[in-house]
Amino acid sequence: MPGAAQEEISAPGTVAGARPEPLLRVEGISVHFGAVQALSDVSLDIHRGEIVAIIGPNGAGKTTLLNVISGFYHPQRGRIIFDGKDRTDLKPFEVAELGVARTFQNVALFKGMTVLDNIMTGRLLKMRGHFLLDAIYWGPARRQELAHRAAVERVIDFLEIQAIRKTPAGRLPYGLQKRVELARALAAEPQLLLLDEPMAGMNVEEKEDMCRFVLDVHDEFGTTIALIEHDMSVVMDISDRVAVLDYGRKIAEGAPDAVRADRAVIDAYLGLAHD
Amino acid sequence: MPCAPTAPSSTPISGSPMIELLRGVLVAPFADMAGNLTFLTEVLFGGVAAGLMYSLVALGFVLIFKASGVFNFAQGVMVLFSALTLVGLMEKGVPVPLALGLTFLTMVALAFAIERIVLRPLVNQPQIILFMATIGLNFFLEGFGEMAWGANVKKLDIGIPDTSFIVRGVQVNRLELTAALTAAVLVGILAVFFQRTKIGRALRAVADDHEAALSIGIPLKTIWVVVWSVAGLVALVAGIMWGAKSGVQFSLSLIALKSLPVLILGGFTSVPGAIAGGLIIGVGEKLGEVYWGPLVGGAIENWFAYVLALAFLLVRPQGLFGERIIERV
Amino acid sequence: MIYRETGQFKSSYASDQAIFPIVQDRVLVLLGIAAAFVVPPLLANEYWLQAVLIPLLIYALAAIGLNLLTGYAGQVSLGTGGFMAVGAYSAFKFATSFPQLDIILVFLLSGLMAAAVGLVFGVPSLRIKGFYLAVATLAAQFFLVWLFNKVPWFVNYAASGTITAPPRSLLGVMVTGPEASAGARYVVALGLVAVFALVAKNLVRGRVGRSWMAIRDRDIAAEIIGVRPLRTKLLAFGISSFYCGVAGAEFVFLYLGSAETLAFDINLSFLVLFMVIIGGLGSVLGSFLGAGFIVLVPIFLTNVPHLIGLSLPVALQKQMELMVFGALIIFFLIVEPNGLARLWQITKEKLRLWPFPH
Repeated sequence: MPGAAQEEISAPGTVAGARPEPLLRVEGISVHFGAVQALSDVSLDIHRGEIVAIIGPNGAGKTTLLNVISGFYHPQRGRIIFDGKDRTDLKPFEVAELGVARTFQNVALFKGMTVLDNIMTGRLLKMRGHFLLDAIYWGPARRQELAHRAAVERVIDFLEIQAIRKTPAGRLPYGLQKRVELARALAAEPQLLLLDEPMAGMNVEEKEDMCRFVLDVHDEFGTTIALIEHDMSVVMDISDRVAVLDYGRKIAEGAPDAVRADRAVIDAYLGLAHD
Repeated sequence: MPCAPTAPSSTPISGSPMIELLRGVLVAPFADMAGNLTFLTEVLFGGVAAGLMYSLVALGFVLIFKASGVFNFAQGVMVLFSALTLVGLMEKGVPVPLALGLTFLTMVALAFAIERIVLRPLVNQPQIILFMATIGLNFFLEGFGEMAWGANVKKLDIGIPDTSFIVRGVQVNRLELTAALTAAVLVGILAVFFQRTKIGRALRAVADDHEAALSIGIPLKTIWVVVWSVAGLVALVAGIMWGAKSGVQFSLSLIALKSLPVLILGGFTSVPGAIAGGLIIGVGEKLGEVYWGPLVGGAIENWFAYVLALAFLLVRPQGLFGERIIERV
Repeated sequence: MIYRETGQFKSSYASDQAIFPIVQDRVLVLLGIAAAFVVPPLLANEYWLQAVLIPLLIYALAAIGLNLLTGYAGQVSLGTGGFMAVGAYSAFKFATSFPQLDIILVFLLSGLMAAAVGLVFGVPSLRIKGFYLAVATLAAQFFLVWLFNKVPWFVNYAASGTITAPPRSLLGVMVTGPEASAGARYVVALGLVAVFALVAKNLVRGRVGRSWMAIRDRDIAAEIIGVRPLRTKLLAFGISSFYCGVAGAEFVFLYLGSAETLAFDINLSFLVLFMVIIGGLGSVLGSFLGAGFIVLVPIFLTNVPHLIGLSLPVALQKQMELMVFGALIIFFLIVEPNGLARLWQITKEKLRLWPFPH
C-alpha cells in the first residue's frame, strides 16, 4: 500500500485556515521558450487527497505546467514546493523519487516491451540492487524481482488487464495503452499522480471505465491526483477543485460548478478576447 | 606538400617535465607558427583546401538529410563510386565530356534505384533503421564498384596539374585552388537553391515531416530522386577533386567517416554549416598535425577531427548552426 | 504436435520469469549446450573448429556486448573494434607482465580494462544522442587504434608491432600459443561465451534490462518515471565494453594467435554491428545467429562455387561478400527489422501450432 499517510481529505467548504500544508504548491511559475511565453505567473495549491482538474483551451500551457512539476522544464521564475520543501531545480528522476508519477498526453509507453515489463518499469524506483547481483540472478535479485512482480500483478488485477500481460505494448489499441500507462504510474505507489488527458480519444464506455479507475485509485489508496482533461462531464463528476488556464495564465479556480459559470472561463473557451 | 618542422624548436629549460609538457603544448606551437608566417599561410591554405573538400562531401549528406531526413552513410562510397565510374569510362577511351555526362546519368540511375529499393520500403521506419540501411548500401556499393571497375588505384587526370605556383612567397597548389573554388561555387548555388526556389522549400518540408508533406501533395518520390541525384552530382565533383589529388582508391570511402565530424560541427541541416564545419575541421586538423603532431609522434589526423567534434558536442549538442531542439513530452 | 505446450501451466511467477518457460525449450537448450561441449572437440576437424566455430563463439561474445549497448540500451556505437583492441592489448600486457596469472583471470582483467575505457567514452552519451553518439564512438575507435599503434610499450617494444599470445595452460591443457589444440581453444571459448550469455540474459530480463529498454524506447519519459539516465547509460557502456574486451582478448589468444592493430580497425566495428543487425537488435540469441551468419557467408561463398563448378578469384569473392552483406542488411531491415531472432521466434510459433494453421 502506498506510503501517503491519510491526512484529512480537504472537503469543499472546509475553513481555509484549518487546512494542513498542501502536498504541492506551485508558486508564481513563469516559463518561456524563446519568444513564446508558455506560462505566466501561475500559482496553484494541491492538497493531499484532492482531485484537482486543470482545464483550458488548447495551447493554454497545461502540459507545460505538468512538465514543470515533473522537473522536465525548469521555470525561469517561481518555485515548486513539494511536501514542504523547495523542489524547483530537481531533475525528473529526482522528482519521481519523491513520489510523483505521471501519464503523458501522447501515450509514452515503451513500445519494445510487453505490458508486464512496462508496468514493471514503474517499479524501477523501488528496486534496489547491484548489477552484479542482477547478473547472477539466483538469490537476492530474483527474490526482489518476484516481490515486485507480485505488486505489479495487484495493479494488473486492479485495472483488469490480465489478458494482455504479455502483449507487446506497441500492439495494443489506444484505449488499452492509456490504461497500461495508468498502471505503470500506479505501480510506483505515488503520493501525487499527474494525469495528462487520460481519457483523450476514448469512447463513452472506455471513459466510464477510466473514470471508475481514477476514482477507485483515489478512494482506495488516497492518492492525490491532478489531471488535465477536456471532457467537461468528467471534470464535473470527479474533481474536487478545478483550475483554468488560458494563454499561460490561471484565470479561474474553485469548485467545479463555480468555475463552470465563471464569465472569464466561458469567454476563454469561446475564444473571446480578454486581458 | 611542404615539409613539416622536425621538432618543437624551443630550447629545453631546466624544469619539471610537467612544465616542459605545458610549454610544448601551449607555447611552443604558437611560437613556431609566429616564427615562419609564410609556412603558416601554406599550412592554413592546405587546411582550407582540405576543409572545403570535406565540406563538399558533407554537403551531400546535408542535402539528403535536409530533404529526406535520412542520414546517408553511403555518401562517401557514392563519392568513390562516381569517381570510379568516371575513371573507368575514361580508361575505356570515352572522351572526358561524354564520360562526365554518362557518370552523372549513372548517378541518377543509382538515385532511382536507391529510392525504389531502399527508401520506399522503409519510408515509415525510425531514423536509426534508415541509417543502418545506408550502411548496408555503403558496403554494397563498395563491393559493386570494385567488382565493376577493379580495385587498383587509378589516376584521374582532369587536365589540371598537381603543381604549385608562388604568390608573394607563399606556395599555392593549382589543384587545391581549383577544388576550393569549385566547392565554393557549388555551395553557393546550393544555398541559393534551398533558400530561394520552390523546390528548395518543398525539400525542406519533406525533411521536416514526410507524411505531412505527402498530405499536401508534395511528390515524395520525385523529390527523393531529385535530391539523391543532386547528392550524386556533389559526390561526383568531390570524387573528381579527391581522385585527382590522391588517386581513385578504396580509401576514398573513408572520407565519409571524416565528414561526420564536419556535420557535427555544422549541424546536419545547414549548408553554410557544412562549409564552416569543413573549414574548421580542415584547418584544425592541419594545424594540429603540423604543430602539435610531432609532440606525440604524428598521425594525429586519424582521430583529431573526431575528438574535436566530440569536445564541441559536449558544449553545444546541436552543432554550430543546428537548431536547439526543444524536447516535448 | 511436437512442440505443443498444453498441460504446461505456470503456477508461480518464478516459473513465468524463467529464461525458457517451455519445457521442450529448456531440455533442448541444455542438451544442445552439453552436446556443444562434447561433440565438436571429438568429431569436428581442425578446419571447422579453427575457421568456423571458434571465431563464431568469439564474435558472438562481442555481438552480445554490442547488442546490450545498441540493441537493448539504444546507444549506437561504432567503437566496438577499439574496445576489443583494449581487451586484446591489455591481455597481452597482463599475460606477459604476470606470467603466473591464470589465463581466465587475464581475460577477465582485460575485460575490466575495456570496461573502464568504455565508461570514459560513455560519459558523453548523456548530452549526445543518436548519430551524434555514433560519431563520438568513432572518436574512441580511431583514437584507441592510433594509441596502440603509436605507443610501443603496448607491444613490449617489438619491432614488428604485433602482439603474440604467450603459451598458457588451463587445468594442465595448453589453451593458448602454438601448442594449443583447436579443440582446447574451442572449449575455453565456448565456456566463456556460455557463462557470459547467461549473465547477459539475466541482466536483460530484470531491472537492468528494463531500465535500458526504457531509455531506448523513450528516454525522456523514462527519466520522468524515475530511470537515472547517466547511471543507466554508463552501465550499458561499461558492461558492453567488458564483453567486447574479453572478446578482443580471446580474438588474439584463442583464435588469431597474433595480431596487429589492423585487426581491430573500423571494419571490425562494422562487422560486429552487422552481426547485431542481422541477428536481431535486442536479442541474445540473435547475437549468436548473427555471428554465425557472418562467419558462414564467406565460407559459403568460398565453397559453393567450387561445388557447382565455378571458380572465383579471391578479390571477386571479397567483393561479392561485401555486396551480399550490404544487400542482406537492407533486406533484413525491410523485411524483418528484428532480424533472424524474430524469424526464429515466428518459426517456433508456427511449430507450436503445426499442423494446424492457427
